Amino acid sequence: MDDLAATITAFTRTLRAAGVAADQERAQAMLRALDHLDLAEPGDVYWAGRLTLCAGPDDLPRYDRCFAAYFGGARAAVSRAATTSVTRHTAAESGERRGDGEAAPAVASRTEVLRHRDVARLTEAERAEVHRMLSLLSGRRPVRRSRRHESARRGGLDRRRTVREALKQGEVARLLRRRHTTRPRRVVLFVDVSGSMAPYAETLLRFAHALVRTGPRATAVYSIGTRLTQVTAELRHRDPGTALDQVSRAIPDWSGGTRLGEELREFLTRRSARGAIVVIASDGWERGDPSLLGAQMARLARQAHRVIWVNPHKGYEDYQPLTGGMRAALPHLDDLVAGHSLAAYEALSERLAHA
Amino acid sequence: MLRRTIRPKDLTSPDELAELLDRHDYLADDGLATAAFLALRMRRPLFLEGEAGVGKTELAKTLATLLKAPLIRLQCYEGLDASQALYDWDFARQLLHLKTAEAAGVADAARLEGEIYDRRFLIARPLLKALETQPSVLLVDEIDRADDEFEAFLLEVLSDFTISIPELGTVRADSPPVVVVTSNRTREVHDALKRRCLYHWLEHPGFDREVAILLRRLPGCTETLATQVARAAGRLRGAGLVKPPGVAETLDWTEALLTLGARELDPGRAAATLGAALKYREDVERVLGDGLLAHG
Repeated sequence: MDDLAATITAFTRTLRAAGVAADQERAQAMLRALDHLDLAEPGDVYWAGRLTLCAGPDDLPRYDRCFAAYFGGARAAVSRAATTSVTRHTAAESGERRGDGEAAPAVASRTEVLRHRDVARLTEAERAEVHRMLSLLSGRRPVRRSRRHESARRGGLDRRRTVREALKQGEVARLLRRRHTTRPRRVVLFVDVSGSMAPYAETLLRFAHALVRTGPRATAVYSIGTRLTQVTAELRHRDPGTALDQVSRAIPDWSGGTRLGEELREFLTRRSARGAIVVIASDGWERGDPSLLGAQMARLARQAHRVIWVNPHKGYEDYQPLTGGMRAALPHLDDLVAGHSLAAYEALSERLAHA
Repeated sequence: MLRRTIRPKDLTSPDELAELLDRHDYLADDGLATAAFLALRMRRPLFLEGEAGVGKTELAKTLATLLKAPLIRLQCYEGLDASQALYDWDFARQLLHLKTAEAAGVADAARLEGEIYDRRFLIARPLLKALETQPSVLLVDEIDRADDEFEAFLLEVLSDFTISIPELGTVRADSPPVVVVTSNRTREVHDALKRRCLYHWLEHPGFDREVAILLRRLPGCTETLATQVARAAGRLRGAGLVKPPGVAETLDWTEALLTLGARELDPGRAAATLGAALKYREDVERVLGDGLLAHG
């Protein structure tokens, strides 16, 4: 390996430590780019690297820092890893409430009772039972039309097969038809992990885990609180316990306040919910400006296929959507559903399948 | 204007390309010039990402003009499939051919099959057309609007610049087209595709560059107006609007002002023409309400 190649390899190692996925193949591309440029020009080296090693706007500040540190002479300035320290609580710790130890009748009827009880009021053992049942939830996924076709009795003309058939028969005997196949429709789930939602956050994330497991490619899960954090990758782990552990490490703002409006705006600026089913699980205790939330909900409703709000308190008969956030969001919702018990989650799963 | 044809291999430096782009009224900064230069020299697709209206599509158009090559555009949308992007068989003409053959008493199925799957019954869609046209500039616009399945077959085409047609054989480009892929980043494009490309993130231009662009593209524009519009555009971009204006929008806005005979940005005409810069009712209301257009 010559000097230049060695330098670039070492530089990409620094970049990887800083969180930029600059692998060997990309390093090769940078070397090839440098073949066409002037090595004596610092600008050319900078751009050759930036154009071949980076893959998104998030990479750019990291690249700039590493480049300055590495080619500016002060290599030590680059930290080993870009892991930010996170405060870690679990929902169970902050939301634990002891239920009264009731008598245990037959298992079946006990499960039936458990199914309708508010998860915030369960004992640890009961909650574990509910979570076990949640992980068994394998609802069917909502679908959308895809670009592929399959042969069918009715539908559009299948020109290719009609011509083939005509060739075999020597004439056009009949017209063959085809229709679009379906693909899972994207589901975007927002889980409020702020203080007021603490008793429900873990159960909701377990529901999210079940959802991701049934459609890993078509589900995105974000935690909302004071910050928007995507946790889909963490939830892909097969074991719910491990997945939840990873999620609790990834979420930096457990049990804080809620700025739903700002976070939805951030989501809508950087991502899109076009054609997706959007599920927001929150009690609507908005700390920010409710009118901002209203405006973002309106944008969301225009993009999304359906917007469903899950509110744990909706399960009670005397519930009224009185919180500022809830009132701002209400006009833009397709559904407002309960989210306090296993039965409620089962109903939600069923609703998603037919959305 | 240059008369000779520019060939990518004759280009010696990003600066030279920047100057050529400049002659065609496209003002590129160092980063973009280097990106385009490398795309031409390395024969590697250029993946341009950035907000709407920062000049991604315009670059492809200018490169086509510069290279005197046709611009072949594939606009992506949800549900875009192979028959729209690669090729399709001309069903009507195939059937007509069969009917004619039948009338002439030809019954040899093997021969008929050979005849109807001939190149002349094939309709080339943008990707195939780009491989068959040399030189050409292929613009794959707004890839983020297509499905991820489409990315997979685009990746296949961009990897070795071949398209295999089962009935006909493989079409190969002797010299690959210049490829520009754009994305507004409404969703993440798969890394495998970006890996094949040079990646460039395009920002809104700085104040000086925007003034220069306005003066260059709109001959009737005074320096005062260009300065004021560029400054206002900078403020609008910092105001957290739903859709901040891009260069395309500032150009439209200035043109609208010029049409009304404005020589500078007075509040009345600015408000009347704001629709050229802002495309959301919420944004217009906010800007007018907060007095963001006031001189400063």
